[in-house]
Amino acid sequence: MIIFRKHHRVLVQGLTGKQGSFWAEKMMGQGTRIVAGVNPKRAGETHLGVPLFASAREAARAQPFDVAVMFIPPAAARDAALDAIDAGAGLLVVLTEHIPAHDVMAMHRAAARSGTRIVGPNTAGLVTPGEGFVGIMPGHNPNIFRPGRIGVISRSGSLGTLVCLNLTRAGLGQSAFLGIGGDPMIGTTTRDALQALDKDLGTDAVVMVGEIGGAMEEKAAEYAAGMEKPVVAFIAGRASPPGKKMGHAGAIVTGSAGGYPAKRAALEAAGITVVDTPSQLTETLAGRLSATQPRAMAAT
Amino acid sequence: MNLVEQAAKALVLAPAGIPIPPGILARSPQEAAEACREIGACVVKAQVPTGKRGKAGGIKVAATPDAAAAAAEAILGMSIDGHPVESVLVEACAEIAREFYAAVLSDFASRRPLVLFSTEGGMDIEEVAASQPDALRRAVIDPEAGFSREDAAALLRGLDLGAAHDQVVDILARLYAAYVASDAELLEINPLAVLGDGRVVALDCKFTLDDSAAFRQPELAGAAASDPATELERRAAAAGLKFIQLDGNVGVLANGAGLTMTTMDAIAHFGGRPANFLEIGGEAYTKAETALDLVLSNPGVKSLVVNFCGAFARTDVMAEGVVKAWETLRPTLPVYFSIHGTGEDEAVRLVRERLGIEPFDFMEDAVKAAVEAAR
Repeated sequence: MIIFRKHHRVLVQGLTGKQGSFWAEKMMGQGTRIVAGVNPKRAGETHLGVPLFASAREAARAQPFDVAVMFIPPAAARDAALDAIDAGAGLLVVLTEHIPAHDVMAMHRAAARSGTRIVGPNTAGLVTPGEGFVGIMPGHNPNIFRPGRIGVISRSGSLGTLVCLNLTRAGLGQSAFLGIGGDPMIGTTTRDALQALDKDLGTDAVVMVGEIGGAMEEKAAEYAAGMEKPVVAFIAGRASPPGKKMGHAGAIVTGSAGGYPAKRAALEAAGITVVDTPSQLTETLAGRLSATQPRAMAAT
Repeated sequence: MNLVEQAAKALVLAPAGIPIPPGILARSPQEAAEACREIGACVVKAQVPTGKRGKAGGIKVAATPDAAAAAAEAILGMSIDGHPVESVLVEACAEIAREFYAAVLSDFASRRPLVLFSTEGGMDIEEVAASQPDALRRAVIDPEAGFSREDAAALLRGLDLGAAHDQVVDILARLYAAYVASDAELLEINPLAVLGDGRVVALDCKFTLDDSAAFRQPELAGAAASDPATELERRAAAAGLKFIQLDGNVGVLANGAGLTMTTMDAIAHFGGRPANFLEIGGEAYTKAETALDLVLSNPGVKSLVVNFCGAFARTDVMAEGVVKAWETLRPTLPVYFSIHGTGEDEAVRLVRERLGIEPFDFMEDAVKAAVEAAR
């Protein structure tokens, strides 16, 4: 359950805050079923027509949900996440950036025990054009998101938005956008997202937007080597100096680990086309799709 | 954020009950001499947050107060790995029988704490892992269960630590507790020494505080060594912006870490050199005005790319900041825009009407133009 679907029932933690309210309205406008919100001080009231509960656990008793999305500041993120996990969330979308690493480890530990899938922290969210979205992506902007058959994986929200815009301008659209987050310890990896899109019947090809730092692209390459669907990748950070954190806590090159050359080599060895600028993703993809078209038709 | 050795020992190891040698921090040769008079034969060590002190000549042995003063004189004012030496730790000389390695760190791959121990201390741990894998023990920790003395004993089983065994077990359990209590990203003792009299003490300590936990570790964050930074980088940090000054000539103003790195990559791809990394995404998107001032203050900048793609960040708010700053600062260098996403229509209108500039449809074209203009 990584791809967001219109039947998913969503709980918003921090629904009544400025950002929570702003984005909840946008999400609902795209069809997202927000069934409950959390605000300990306003339990029993409604906000934007959505019933409020004192906790995710309280909400789960009255109003079952599948997905929890957190509009919660860093210092309170751990407790909110543990609440959602205890409440039985199947999917927990953690948008918050700068959560202390020890708290993040506690969240992942609890999620592993209860079978909750965490997306993030520091993700911009999940968008499925035509079905709905959760997070802080412009899922409501038809110039950027249109229903299509290309799956997009991105560690970055801003760069992911640009890539989706280019796909829409090229008339391709997206089957799903999976924002996985810019933190170094995220619950859903590039490989997990790639596997989900590989198995998704609505996805014909995958655009992978990676970043320097860590080894997630290398791990995803191992999986991609066995895929039939075309995968095209862009890795941000080629021109970044080593030893510096490039905004995202996960984007740092230490020694030879996490560097651009190793990532590119691993992806290319797995048959993935790696391009130099974001616009080339769309051009390359269009080329690879038309090349595979006859084969696909012959198969049917 | 890193602490220097003396701060890590005093603020992290000592409160956890991990033995350290007697030592005094000195900021002048006179203070070093006094410290030596109190302690006796000593080691004088440069206090900078880098592992290259020994090779750089930043660690000297002194038998007398005069020798300690001379050592401090030589070391203070040195620059090691970009860090100016402002203080030295004067520490009692230790008679070392054996050297071990011990560390606890946040392991990004397993998303768990990792405890490391090696009987080959005093060396780079990655070298030990490569050349003597049998000497290195590692344990991935369940953070809910913690790491007890029993766990430590299990980790060390089969290693010959002699009479030091029980002390090492105790120190490892305390080290894990200190890692938890201090929100460490890395807490490392290298070497963990067995002395001639059998005591086990931490001779050196490396501590990295998780940046995101600084708000609840005010004492440790306050003691953190400053990063070597340029004046502009310090100004940016004071304004709450992440700015990295580079030696190129094309300035970059973009939102979000991914898009900013990509803009830099595109500049390099088209044959130019980026002058900076500067991210104004997340909550920082309202600081566009301050950000532009920083980018333009970088002396190498010949042209500028403004690349916005709004998801969370509103491009109209960012564009407003840029336009206002442009009208105030009245820079003469050329600027090239690409603007998409949340608030795009209003942002494009602002740039077009107030600056008389037409944004490019594709970021690659804006970058190409800026690279061309900087030549």
